[in-house]
Amino acid sequence: MTLAKRIIPCLDVKDGRVVKGIHFVRLKDAGNPVELASRYRDEGADELVFLDITASPEKRTIIKNIVRSVARELDIPFTVGGGIRSADDAREILSNGADKVAINTKAIENPSLVTEIADRFGQQCCVIAIDAKRVTTGDSQSARYGKQFEIYSYGARKATGIDAIEWAKQVEGLGAGELLVTSIDRDGTQSGYDIELTRMMCDSVNIPVIASGGCGKLEHFADVFRATNADAALAASVFHYEEYSIPNVKSYLKEKGILVRI
Amino acid sequence: MTKIGILDYGVGNLYSLKVALEKLDVQPITTSSLASTNEYDELILPGVGNFSRVTRSLGQTRDFLVNWVKDSNPLLGVCLGMQLFFERSEEGPGDGLALFSGKVRKLPSIMKIPHIGWNLLRTRRQSRLLEGLGNDSWVYFVHSFYPEPSDKQIVVAETNYGVDFASVITSETKSIYGTQFHPEKSGIAGERILKNFVAMCRN
Repeated sequence: MTLAKRIIPCLDVKDGRVVKGIHFVRLKDAGNPVELASRYRDEGADELVFLDITASPEKRTIIKNIVRSVARELDIPFTVGGGIRSADDAREILSNGADKVAINTKAIENPSLVTEIADRFGQQCCVIAIDAKRVTTGDSQSARYGKQFEIYSYGARKATGIDAIEWAKQVEGLGAGELLVTSIDRDGTQSGYDIELTRMMCDSVNIPVIASGGCGKLEHFADVFRATNADAALAASVFHYEEYSIPNVKSYLKEKGILVRI
Repeated sequence: MTKIGILDYGVGNLYSLKVALEKLDVQPITTSSLASTNEYDELILPGVGNFSRVTRSLGQTRDFLVNWVKDSNPLLGVCLGMQLFFERSEEGPGDGLALFSGKVRKLPSIMKIPHIGWNLLRTRRQSRLLEGLGNDSWVYFVHSFYPEPSDKQIVVAETNYGVDFASVITSETKSIYGTQFHPEKSGIAGERILKNFVAMCRN
């Protein structure tokens, strides 16, 4: 098999600017989305993920325009998420240049949306974003029912009581083409991907899994590809603040015997 | 300016393909019904959709395409667009264009499906479509089905994903070209392939 492991920079966009926080909060500015997208394309990114976290009422128009400007710069796959509430929202994002849409909260509230999007636009463009948090023993109900990871909605603010593994299997059955799995515990901490979460997800489904949350060092990329069957690793701050460039990451992985596109 | 017709089946993203072609200084024209052969220099059947649904909705376009090819006008099929060149598909019922004999099969279930990501082209023979590319070029795939042509002569490159499948097919005599991957999403290698296709009508 000669499928390369993908390295995916992620742009979290708020009010037209790229931002990055820790555990989904304490946001700081990280640049202009179109400029960052062009830089990552030139550096050899395998794909780009764009998550809109704008809360304003003008949200839809803002997203549409940025998606269009970013898409115009890209000759690599482009996934857009954030606030997609219906199949028509998905259509609007896709017709403005995205190749895939990522859905999170609305899929939890209305699972049939997953099937609707997969049927209308194809399974390949339906990415389900899953924000999962480790259940600690103090955590009451969830722990009592043997859950290890619980999914959260509304940008990691709302606990759902749903088991992450069960949810992954369910959305695969509904037509998801890919899973973007973020560890809430690790997000922004730069302490490494949650290997156990990623491995459990990969073992539960037969669709590609993108690992996300916690990347801070070169070794973290190698760790997640060695210890799990993940297809791609997503990172934000390490790239935005130029701690590592994408060529750094790829030549490091190649040295470690991991197949990447160079 | 070269005019390239892109057939719109009514689903998916044609924006990237249009932008990629505009960067090559050609004029992409998206259309849901093809009528006159004089309107375009070349045609592209794009990549997104479902085999059964698209073959059902072709209607008169089916005859148009068959005649287009009969006159040796350049045709590029991308992903599903390439699969339509064959007779039938395991994706569902429906008649393909049967420009080549053979069928479209499902990728082996031991693999993660869809096949999503960058994979290598292993060149089997020369073709103007791949001019300027090395023997092992990375291109971007997203698909669950692959074509199995009866005539192996049309296979220009193969890719491995649980099975060695035809990832580039061409018939130079008929001016028919197909890629199972998405050139418009395949960085510099993809741009070169589109440029090679555009050049087919200029001489």
